[in-house]
Amino acid sequence: MTHTKTVGTMGLAWSISVHSYGIPKNLVALAMRGSNYYIKTKNENLTISAHIEYSIYYKNLKRTTEKENFMREIEVAKITDTLERLCIEANEHLPQDVKSAILQCRALEDGEIAKNVLDNMIENYEIADREHVPVCQDTGMACVFLEIGQDVHLTGGDLREAVDEGVRRGYEKGYLRKSVVKDPVRRGNTGDNTPAMLYTEIVPGEQIRITVAPKGFGSENMSAIRMFKPSAGLEGIKDFIIETVENAGPNPCPPMVVGVGIGGTFDKAALLAKKALLRPLDSSHPDPFYAELEQEMLQKINKLGIGPQGFGGRTTALGLNIETMPTHIAGMPCAINISCHVTRHQTEVI
Amino acid sequence: MEKHITLPLTEELAKTLHAGDTVYLTGTIYTSRDAGHKRMCEALAKGETLPFDPTDATIYYVGPTPAKPGQVIGSAGPTTSGRMDAYAPTMMSAGARGMIGKGARLLEVVEAMKKYHGVYFGAIGGAGALLARCIKKAELIAYEDLGAEALRKLYVEDMPLVVIIDCEGKNLYEEGRAAYLASHK
Repeated sequence: MTHTKTVGTMGLAWSISVHSYGIPKNLVALAMRGSNYYIKTKNENLTISAHIEYSIYYKNLKRTTEKENFMREIEVAKITDTLERLCIEANEHLPQDVKSAILQCRALEDGEIAKNVLDNMIENYEIADREHVPVCQDTGMACVFLEIGQDVHLTGGDLREAVDEGVRRGYEKGYLRKSVVKDPVRRGNTGDNTPAMLYTEIVPGEQIRITVAPKGFGSENMSAIRMFKPSAGLEGIKDFIIETVENAGPNPCPPMVVGVGIGGTFDKAALLAKKALLRPLDSSHPDPFYAELEQEMLQKINKLGIGPQGFGGRTTALGLNIETMPTHIAGMPCAINISCHVTRHQTEVI
Repeated sequence: MEKHITLPLTEELAKTLHAGDTVYLTGTIYTSRDAGHKRMCEALAKGETLPFDPTDATIYYVGPTPAKPGQVIGSAGPTTSGRMDAYAPTMMSAGARGMIGKGARLLEVVEAMKKYHGVYFGAIGGAGALLARCIKKAELIAYEDLGAEALRKLYVEDMPLVVIIDCEGKNLYEEGRAAYLASHK
């Protein structure tokens, strides 16, 4: 409990037991404040589901306001429903920042084939928006990111199963392609696009931030990771980015989006690279050093001449985002996750 | 150059197509990707016939999304062709001539194209909603158990394509990039 400040008038008095939440035994009354709370009684014990602020009245008549982080209950079915909807929306509608980047790049092209390819890409996402069809037939593996507030209590079932059920329903209802095999070597389609690639993170708060990013494999296959010696320095990373984009060439459906993860461990670098693809293309790394690197590398990539679809032209990449974190004294991991002009993601907070 | 062509893709027709040509293609094509190619090449190795006549045939590397009620087909853009490189020379030796996909091909495929007068067309990767509009008929013909990878017979009208590699081995990926770089020094 956190004592925040002394407050004024007394509100409602509560005589029911609240001992299950560890509130002091000398409590004689509570006054509820604010509007974002609800209460249900269970065996005369108080169950409170919300972040509430209340005044408490001790026997010595001292009044204080207390904030208590009660667990907010969220049924996993709500996650299923949200994911079902987000899978369909993400596959039918490109994010606005990606559309804007395509339009800006179209204005900068001068070659006929390059202009024609970008015009077709614009027409394609417009058809998808209007007619509710998938922008691309590779509706991807469903990468699901859940940022779960630490004051959330999930009820009503297994989270992993609820997430897969949301993906299963979304891919069926949305007529999306089922592109997942149940074994990497022996293959065999799972038939429902599950399992989702699920990442969970515990964050402060009492909400859940749900992001779905369907990821196609034409571009995923052109991604790369390298464990650099620290002596390789910035130049090593710059060369690796160019080398990876060069190697990708026409395969990942350029113009690409390039996600770069630097630091952490082997696995963390790859996750950073994937998360870099979720960041809006018109945003920058908060550290000016990396923000400048993002600009510099995007300019260099767009001088390679690979161009839209690899047919030659200026626009090889629509954007390049870098995400970083601390790493070991002996290492400098760098992962590059390549995405295409259909870089999809939708987010909702519940 | 802009050309309207009608299938089948005979040797004579193939010889008129050059890397960099924009082509609007009309006629019957067949869909197949990784698992379908594997199965067809296994069938050929055993001396079995293919589910369709490969003579002068064009194969579209695609795994479409399911059709919604009232649609001919769902979203239907090309997949990365390089994964079919292991099978493409065998398919060409059986008579298939046209390939529609996206991305780079191995030298072995280009050599087979020169030998059998094959043509590699590029469709715009990621433009599945747009390309689906050219597909007027779709019929499942084999390997239904492969789901999105099953073999389908499609009838397309004015499908917008670009010749990436022609039967002389000329390659737009190399020439287009070189031309851009030469004009933007």
